[in-house]
Amino acid sequence: MTSAAAPLAAGRFSPDNQAHPTSGGTRPVLEVDHVTKVYPSQPPVTALQDVSFTVTGGELLAIVGPSGSGKSTLLHLMGTLDRPSAGHVRITGVDVASLSDRDLAALRATRIGFVFQQFFLAEHQTVVDNVADGLLYASVPLTQRRARALQALELVGLAERPWARPTQLSGGQRQRVAIARALVGQPAIVLADEPTGNLDQTTGGSILTLFDQLHHQKVTIAVITHDQTIAARMPRRIEMLDGRIVADTTDPGPGEPDGHGQPAPPGQQP
Amino acid sequence: MTAAAIPLHGRLRPSDVGRVASIGLRTRKLRAGLSALGIAIGVAAIVAVLGLSSSSSAGLLAEISRLGTNLLTVQPGTTVFGKNAELPTGAPAMIARIGPVTSIEDTGNVNVNAYRNPYIPTIQTNALSVQAASLGLLADLRTSVAQGVYLNPATAREPAAVLGPAAAQRLGIEGVYQGERIWLDKQWFYVIGILNPATLAPNIDSSILVGFPAAQHYLGFDGHPTTIYVRAQTNQVNAVHGVLAATANPENPNEVNVSQPSAALVARADAQSAFNGLFLGLGAVALLVGAVGVANIMVISVLERRSEIGLRRALGATKGHIRIQFLSEAILLALAGGTVGVTLGILSTAVYATTKHWAIVIPTIAWTGGIAAALIIGAIAGLLPALRAARMSPTEAFPV
Ligand SMILES: Nc1ncnc2c1ncn2[C@@H]1O[C@H](COP(=O)(O)OP(=O)(O)O)[C@@H](O)[C@H]1O
Ligand SMILES: [Mg+2]
Repeated sequence: MTSAAAPLAAGRFSPDNQAHPTSGGTRPVLEVDHVTKVYPSQPPVTALQDVSFTVTGGELLAIVGPSGSGKSTLLHLMGTLDRPSAGHVRITGVDVASLSDRDLAALRATRIGFVFQQFFLAEHQTVVDNVADGLLYASVPLTQRRARALQALELVGLAERPWARPTQLSGGQRQRVAIARALVGQPAIVLADEPTGNLDQTTGGSILTLFDQLHHQKVTIAVITHDQTIAARMPRRIEMLDGRIVADTTDPGPGEPDGHGQPAPPGQQP
Repeated sequence: MTAAAIPLHGRLRPSDVGRVASIGLRTRKLRAGLSALGIAIGVAAIVAVLGLSSSSSAGLLAEISRLGTNLLTVQPGTTVFGKNAELPTGAPAMIARIGPVTSIEDTGNVNVNAYRNPYIPTIQTNALSVQAASLGLLADLRTSVAQGVYLNPATAREPAAVLGPAAAQRLGIEGVYQGERIWLDKQWFYVIGILNPATLAPNIDSSILVGFPAAQHYLGFDGHPTTIYVRAQTNQVNAVHGVLAATANPENPNEVNVSQPSAALVARADAQSAFNGLFLGLGAVALLVGAVGVANIMVISVLERRSEIGLRRALGATKGHIRIQFLSEAILLALAGGTVGVTLGILSTAVYATTKHWAIVIPTIAWTGGIAAALIIGAIAGLLPALRAARMSPTEAFPV
């Protein structure tokens, strides 16, 4: 599998090889290992029950399930915003349980990108500064943050209007800005929570197309959705019900029938 | 996996702290302005009180240096038996022989009352005194006539009177008109002038001055001076002070009181802060109200900005980053109020001091103290909301 390292490194926004030395297509960027989450409410709610799966670098997957199936809880655990009651979550091999709150923040700043249904853009800031804020907590100077933000905007097809305000943009464009903000730090994984939930079907479709393009550039993306038709477009689907995984299916890749391979991006084939 | 794989902790640069701290001010200008108003008023009050008292003592000190500190007054004291003593009639002439004395003037109490006209009941004396006055008195006291003229060698022999400003007011005389006269001990005296205030000798303000010869001729004045005004060379004032009593009354020097009127003025300039306490207290109350206002707005802001806080945590902000953001925002808010307050305080001091012809003096402690107070208030008011914001769980912020 060593040959797979070449296209990985070639992708501009692929995860940084040096920081976490597991390499190649088998490199796990996220491991959810027998995770259980019990909310200490009255009565206690078991939102996740013994959930295990691994996300490999460059994967595009959907976590799909009806309301109340535990998707948001899982997103919080994958994003290190919360800790499991039992089991382990590892981001690029680092066990979340072993890290302090500050360490977790640093991990999020550098290795995890979030995309939300509500976009969460700052209306008083320009598009480029919204994107640059993706690096605010990663010790990057402002000029460099902006320069990288412009590159990230190019990646999501919004390079023409970097100085516009979010209020001057359409919903789809706003979500692209939010995606650029998630990408600007070149994270190991992007977690998108119902990214098309606030968009009409056509606009939502174009966002999914953008995810496909990013997938071809080896960006690792997990899309959390309740919508089976969205999930159906993804190469891998983890289906949730009542806090458990009921199915984890991967379509066979074009070149690698086992589905776990890393197809080279079309544009980079010789 | 080794510990080396854990990324380095992110640090916010001061400029970035400034950027995130100013979000509240930039996005909610009206609210920020209103909540900083209390602090602005409090700081303005404190700066203005300190500025005004400094400016007014500066004004008083300027007045003192104009009036000169080399004036000494000689007055009769009391005898060992507790009776009122007298100064010898020859005292002015003897004092004049002291070397460093540059000028000497005197007044003598005339034991009569003054009235607007003969029909006023005699008990309504208006606390006015009639004094025989020497001809160079005004120059010695550094005052002047407001209207009319002062006594001259001719009018000093006539039934002519010059009124101190308070005396004129109490007699109901507003100006010097042809034939204007007052009733002194069963006879008319013509009013020829009204004086400006004499800061160094406030008793002159409520006096009616007549010439020595006229006082003796018309009013039965005994010729004993009751106040001798002595100007000495400034560097010799203390020496002259020491010998004045014995010179004025060689037989009973202990029956003579010698004083330096400017000393009382200097003391007054120093004690200018007497009325400050109340206003400083009011300023402090305004500051307290301002602090509560800022704390209140910060608490609301933290609640309203849950999703922003959650987003920042997701972007990699630590609890410390959130804490410093909201703490700095409160400090910035209070500092903005403090800056406006200092400006207002200085402006009002400048306006008032200008109308009073004082030099504008803003003590450094006033504006540094105002800014420092705002800073501390911001920190205190912002502390709890900031801690609360930092404590918020990142998941709490996201609607699920
Ligand atoms: N903070 C919480 N306290 C108690 N129960 C919770 C909390 N958050 C979620 N739950 C419960 O956990 C289960 C899973 O919820 P969630 O993860 O939001 O699922 P989904 O996002 O798929 O709708 C639900 O039964 C929900 O009521
Ligand atoms: Mg949910």
